[in-house]
Amino acid sequence: MEISVEVNGATHTSDVEPRTLLVHYIRDVVGLTGTNVGCDTSSCGACTIHVNGEAVKSCTMLAVQADGQSLTTIEGLANGDQMHPMQEAFMECHALQCGYCTPGMVMASISLLDENPNPTEAEVREGLEGNLCRCTGYHNIVKAVLSAAGGAK
Amino acid sequence: MIPVSFDYARAGSADEAIALLAEHGDEAKLMAGGHSLLPMMKLRLAYPAMVIDIERIADLSYINDGGDHLAIGALTRHRAIETSALVAEHAPLLAHATSQVGDPQVRHRGTFGGSLAHADAAADHPSVLLAMGGTVVAKGPGGEREIAAGDFFAGFLESSLAADEMITEIRIPKHTGGGWSFQKFNRRAQDWAIVGATVQRNNGSTQVALVNMHPTPIRAAAVEEALAGGASATDAAEQAHVGMEPSSDLNASVDFRNHLARVLVRRALNEAGID
Repeated sequence: MEISVEVNGATHTSDVEPRTLLVHYIRDVVGLTGTNVGCDTSSCGACTIHVNGEAVKSCTMLAVQADGQSLTTIEGLANGDQMHPMQEAFMECHALQCGYCTPGMVMASISLLDENPNPTEAEVREGLEGNLCRCTGYHNIVKAVLSAAGGAK
Repeated sequence: MIPVSFDYARAGSADEAIALLAEHGDEAKLMAGGHSLLPMMKLRLAYPAMVIDIERIADLSYINDGGDHLAIGALTRHRAIETSALVAEHAPLLAHATSQVGDPQVRHRGTFGGSLAHADAAADHPSVLLAMGGTVVAKGPGGEREIAAGDFFAGFLESSLAADEMITEIRIPKHTGGGWSFQKFNRRAQDWAIVGATVQRNNGSTQVALVNMHPTPIRAAAVEEALAGGASATDAAEQAHVGMEPSSDLNASVDFRNHLARVLVRRALNEAGID
């Protein structure tokens, strides 16, 4: 089936099988490998991207469901050499260890602040419940999100 | 994990979806947000030959004030229900339970109608529909019918929808100010409940429903009878496991589930204001 998807501002038209998962479309067809596959069962959040501005798990969506929609992946955040404020905050707060969960964490964190620009620490922890860090580096991730929220004030 | 190959059709209206269902019969499944069906297809527990995508039927996503009830379109996403001022005012139990479904990413995609049609005893929404006494509007080739919550859940992952019917609307009676509670026990933040208990009080009666305690979503009839007979919350909650056939799995044995049901029902009754 032919689909046309806007990914990070550029429109891609491709012929995909209906069973193609969105994350595989992004990685293998569009060629953007910043979005990771983790658990592949919509638990870990490593594959989180934005669909029309909202965080979703791209392992639990078909590419054909994204036809005509606008996607943002981790590659779409920076403006040239200028990182997104959430990426800056993750760097400043050492909010990554092995880095595998990081793209999904950053995408989920941006969506969280879009919906709740001034969260409490508890709200950040609750709001990131769909993202697992197996290095267990949650403390600095929460610090980074709070720092990014403060910076946006 | 990639699902078995299937054909895909996108329906632009409920009538179009129903016509496709009639054409493809048992081979077809409706997909809304896909957060129940797609995981099952990836695990190859479901392998429909035809997936009918109903996600874009725009006129089935709404939350309306229906007078004595809220009318919620089948394709309304969890996030919309969780953040709706109307739901917060008239069905706070539904608003709260919805905020406990999955995680934010799941709630951005999953739909109310999809969750109910999946008829999973471990899901949160069926217990809310049962405790609040809601109804499901089903549309088929012959028109619409309204199915009471108690008649909707027919078996393990099985609703009473006919093969050529789809949910178009869910009606939730407005809460009348009585206490309510939703108790969900799990070990990981985003998981399904190992056991859950849902209580809604309404004009002197108390309705209690259980999550993951039976092959189907179910009312705790023995608890409700004990309360109607004047029992205390503690005594009534002791009946929570009566008539239930919970499963034994990696998370919990039957005995532990029975124990959780008694504890969670007691907490839920207490939180709803029953001593």
